[in-house]
Amino acid sequence: MIKLTINGKTIEVAEGTTVLDAAKMLNIEIPTLCHHPKLTPFGGCRLCIVEVKGVPRPLTSCTTPVSEGMEVTTSTPALEGLRKTVLELILSDHPNDCMVCEKAGDCTLQELAYFYGIRENRFGGERRIYGKKDGNPFIERDMEKCILCGRCVKVCDEVQGVGAIDFAYRGFKSKICPTFEKDLDCEFCGQCVAVCPTGALTGKMWQLRGRQKDIKEIDTTCSYCGTGCNLTLHVRQNEVVRVTSKEDTWNEGWLCVKGRFGYSFINSPDRLKKPLIKRNGKFEEASWNEALDYISAKLREIKEKHGPDSIAGLSSARCTNEENYLFQKFMRTGIGTNNVDHCARL
Amino acid sequence: MTNSIIEIEGLEVIFIIGSNTKETHPVIANRMIKAFRKGAKIIVADPRKVPMVRFSEVFMNLRPGTDVALINGIAHVILKEGLHDKKFIEERTEFFDEWTKSLEKFTPDAVSQITGVPAENIIKAAKLYGGSRKAGIFYTMGITQHTHGTDNVNTIANLALLTGNIGRKHTGINPLRGQNNVQGACDAGCLPNVYPGYQRVDMPTVKEKFEKAWGVPLSAKEGLKATEMIGEAHKGKIKALYIMGENPILTDANANHTKEALGKLDFLVVQDIFLTETAALADVVLPATCFAEKDGTFINTERKVQLVRKAVEPPGEAKNDMWIIAEISGRIGYPMNYSSPEEVFDELGSLWSALSGISYGRIRANGLHWPCPTKDHPGTEFLYKAGFPRGKVSFTCVDYLPPAEVTDKDYPFILTTGRNLFQYHSGSMTRRVAPIEAHAGKAYMEISAEDTNMLGIKDGEAITVKSRRGEIRINARISSRVSKGVLFIPMHYGEAAANMLTSDALDPYAKTPEFKVCAVKIEK
Repeated sequence: MIKLTINGKTIEVAEGTTVLDAAKMLNIEIPTLCHHPKLTPFGGCRLCIVEVKGVPRPLTSCTTPVSEGMEVTTSTPALEGLRKTVLELILSDHPNDCMVCEKAGDCTLQELAYFYGIRENRFGGERRIYGKKDGNPFIERDMEKCILCGRCVKVCDEVQGVGAIDFAYRGFKSKICPTFEKDLDCEFCGQCVAVCPTGALTGKMWQLRGRQKDIKEIDTTCSYCGTGCNLTLHVRQNEVVRVTSKEDTWNEGWLCVKGRFGYSFINSPDRLKKPLIKRNGKFEEASWNEALDYISAKLREIKEKHGPDSIAGLSSARCTNEENYLFQKFMRTGIGTNNVDHCARL
Repeated sequence: MTNSIIEIEGLEVIFIIGSNTKETHPVIANRMIKAFRKGAKIIVADPRKVPMVRFSEVFMNLRPGTDVALINGIAHVILKEGLHDKKFIEERTEFFDEWTKSLEKFTPDAVSQITGVPAENIIKAAKLYGGSRKAGIFYTMGITQHTHGTDNVNTIANLALLTGNIGRKHTGINPLRGQNNVQGACDAGCLPNVYPGYQRVDMPTVKEKFEKAWGVPLSAKEGLKATEMIGEAHKGKIKALYIMGENPILTDANANHTKEALGKLDFLVVQDIFLTETAALADVVLPATCFAEKDGTFINTERKVQLVRKAVEPPGEAKNDMWIIAEISGRIGYPMNYSSPEEVFDELGSLWSALSGISYGRIRANGLHWPCPTKDHPGTEFLYKAGFPRGKVSFTCVDYLPPAEVTDKDYPFILTTGRNLFQYHSGSMTRRVAPIEAHAGKAYMEISAEDTNMLGIKDGEAITVKSRRGEIRINARISSRVSKGVLFIPMHYGEAAANMLTSDALDPYAKTPEFKVCAVKIEK
C-alpha cells in the first residue's frame, strides 16, 4: 500500500492506483474529458492536471501513478487558469449550438463550460468544418463537435475488439474516422455513443425526440438474448425514445445493437391493439369479453369432447417468470394437462 | 451456466464451441475480450469462421455435426498427455475406466478424418484446455440443435469432469441461453415433464405437493414437448393449442409441416404483441404487452433473477399476459386472484426452494443468482461448490454417429442455420425496427467463393435452395466464414425462411430438431 496526501487529506491506496482514482476515493472532484473509468488512461485533454510537491510542472492525474509520500494539490488559481485555457481552446473550435444540440443538458463539455464560466472565447481563428455524410442508420457522427478525447477509439478497440475507427491526420487536421474516411460499417453496438462526452456521437433515432430534461428514466432488463443486460429506458410522453445502460451495473454499461438501438418495435404501428376473432377466414375486432368468453367456451367444449390432453399450451421465453408460472399453472389446473412447453428446444 | 458471466474475466482458457458469441451474445463476448486482454487463451470450434476466431489461439473448423468426435478426440489427448485431474476424478466421478476405454479409437488422426480439423489443432486445443484449472466451456445451439445434441452436451460434461473444471470459481459448463427468459420459463415450470423448479410430474409426492398448493387434482402423465405437440396436431390428436408469445411457423424446423399441423387444429389461440406468421393462422388473437409495459422478473443465462419494470402504457386495449391468463382461467373454472406480479413470484418461491430467498425487494438494485434458499443467502454465483447433489457423477460413453441427414449426389451441400448480429429470432421485434431493417433487412445465404465459382453464381445473385422438405429463393452472399460445401442461412427472414428447408429429425431425448445440419441443393 502507498500513502499519500491529496489536498492535505491522507489516504492509503494500492500500488499502481492513479492520482485521479485516489482523489476519487477521497471524494475530491477533478475535471476530466478524455478519462473513462472502464478504459485505459489517455492523458489527452489535460484537464485533470494537478500539482505535485517537488515536481516543477503540473501532471495529468489520470496517467500519474501514486508514489509514497506524494503531496498532491488538485486546485490552485494557476491550475484553474490552465484548465480554463484548455477548455477555451477546445471550445474555440466547437460549434456554439448548444441551443439545438441533442446532448444539451447531458453533455460533459457543456457542464465544464458552465462551471468555468466560459461565455466568450479569447481564441478565434480557423474552425474545422466537416460535412455530415454518414449513411449508417444508427449513429449520428457530428465530427465538428468532436474534441478528440479518443474515448470512442478506445472503447471500440479495448472493449468491443472491433477497431472500426481511429485517429487520422495530424495536428489541427486530426480527426477520428473509419478506414479511408468511409462510412461507419461496424457492429453498431453504440459503445462509442455511450462514452462520447459531447454531442459528436448520438443515436440517429434520438434526433428531436426530446432532451434529457423531459425524460423519465426506468431501469429494467433487456428483452433480447439471455445475457440479461441492464437497460435504462428513457421515456417521454409514454414513448421510449432512447435506451442506455448504467456503468455501475454488471454489464458495465455496454450493450449491443439490438439492446441499444432495437427498441422502436415497442411503439410500432403494427402492435396488436384489440382482440381479433376469425370469422369466415377474416379477422374481426372483438371486445375482450367476447374474445375471452369465446376462448373459454371452445376450450371447455374440446376438453369435454376429447379430454384435457387434446389441448396443449406453448408458453414464451420472452415473457416474465410470473406470466410463465401462471401459464403452466393454468394448463395444469384449469385445463388439466401437462402439455405445456416453450421454445427452449428451438 | 454453472458459473457466472463476471467470472469469465478471470478465466485462463475460454473454449467456445457451437456459439457465435460475438453476434448472439455480444455483451458476453465483451467479457471474453476483457479476459483476452488480460491474457486468457481462446479456443473456438465452429463450422463457420465466426468473429470470435479473431481472438482465438486455436480455431477448429469442424464439419457440421461432428462435435462428438471432436470433443472425444480432445479428451483422448488430455488423457494421453496426463493432463486430467486425477484427484477430482477419484473423489467426484464414476465410470471413468469404462469411459476411457470408449475413447481409445478417437485418436487425433481418426478425429481429424471425421471432423476435418487438423490433428495438431486438436492436440493444441487439448493441451490448452487440459492444461488449465481455470478453463470454461461456452456453447449454444451449435451444440444442442442436433439429433445428437444430448450426446454433444454429455461429451462437454465429460471434458469438464476430466479436468475438474467445474464446481469452482472461473471454470464451468456454460450454455449461453438465447432468449431473455428461456431460463425463467424453464424454472417457472413451462416444461411438460416437470412442475416449477424441475420437480417431476410423475413423482407422487411431488404431485401431491402441487395438488395441495393449487387445490385441484393434477395429471400424473408427462405432457408433450413443443416439437411433439406439432407432430400430434398433425396427426389430429391435439385439437386446441394456446400459444403465448411464440412464432413456431418461423422458429420450428420444417415450416411446411408446422403450417399443416396448425391448420389441422380445431382451435388456435395466439397471444402476442404482433400479428406474427403464427398469429395469422389463429382463430383468436389476443393483444399482449411487451417487456417495457409490465413489471416482473427475467432469469438470465447465469441463473440471475432480475427485475423488469414498466416504463410505458400498452397500446390500445392490449393487456398484460398475467391478466389475460387469469381471465381465461377464471372463465374455465379455476379462478386466479393476484394483486401483483410480486405475489405470483412469491408463490413460485414458496414452491421451489432455489428461489425462496429472493424477493422483489432484494433484487431492486442488483439481481441474485439462484439457488438462493433463504432471505439472508447471498445467491450462488457458481454451482457445485459443495459437490454434486447426487454425490458422484458419471462419465458418459458417447460414440460418434453422423447427422440424420448427410449430403449425397442429389443434395450435395450442408446447410446450417442460426442468427446474425442485427436481427433477433423470428424477427417479429427487430424487423419492425427501422434502422435494423435498413441495415440488415435482406435475407441472404453465406456461401464460399469456391462454391460460387464452381456453380457460376455472382455475389448477391438470387438462387433457389432446395431440401427434401421445401425450397426458398434467396440471395447468395460470398463469405469467407463458410467452408466449401457448407452454407449458412440466418433464421430471421420469413420471406426466405431457413426453416422451410431444415430437418425435423429430433434428438431422441431432448426432442430438439437438427436445425444445424441438413442436406440441400442450389439451383439458379
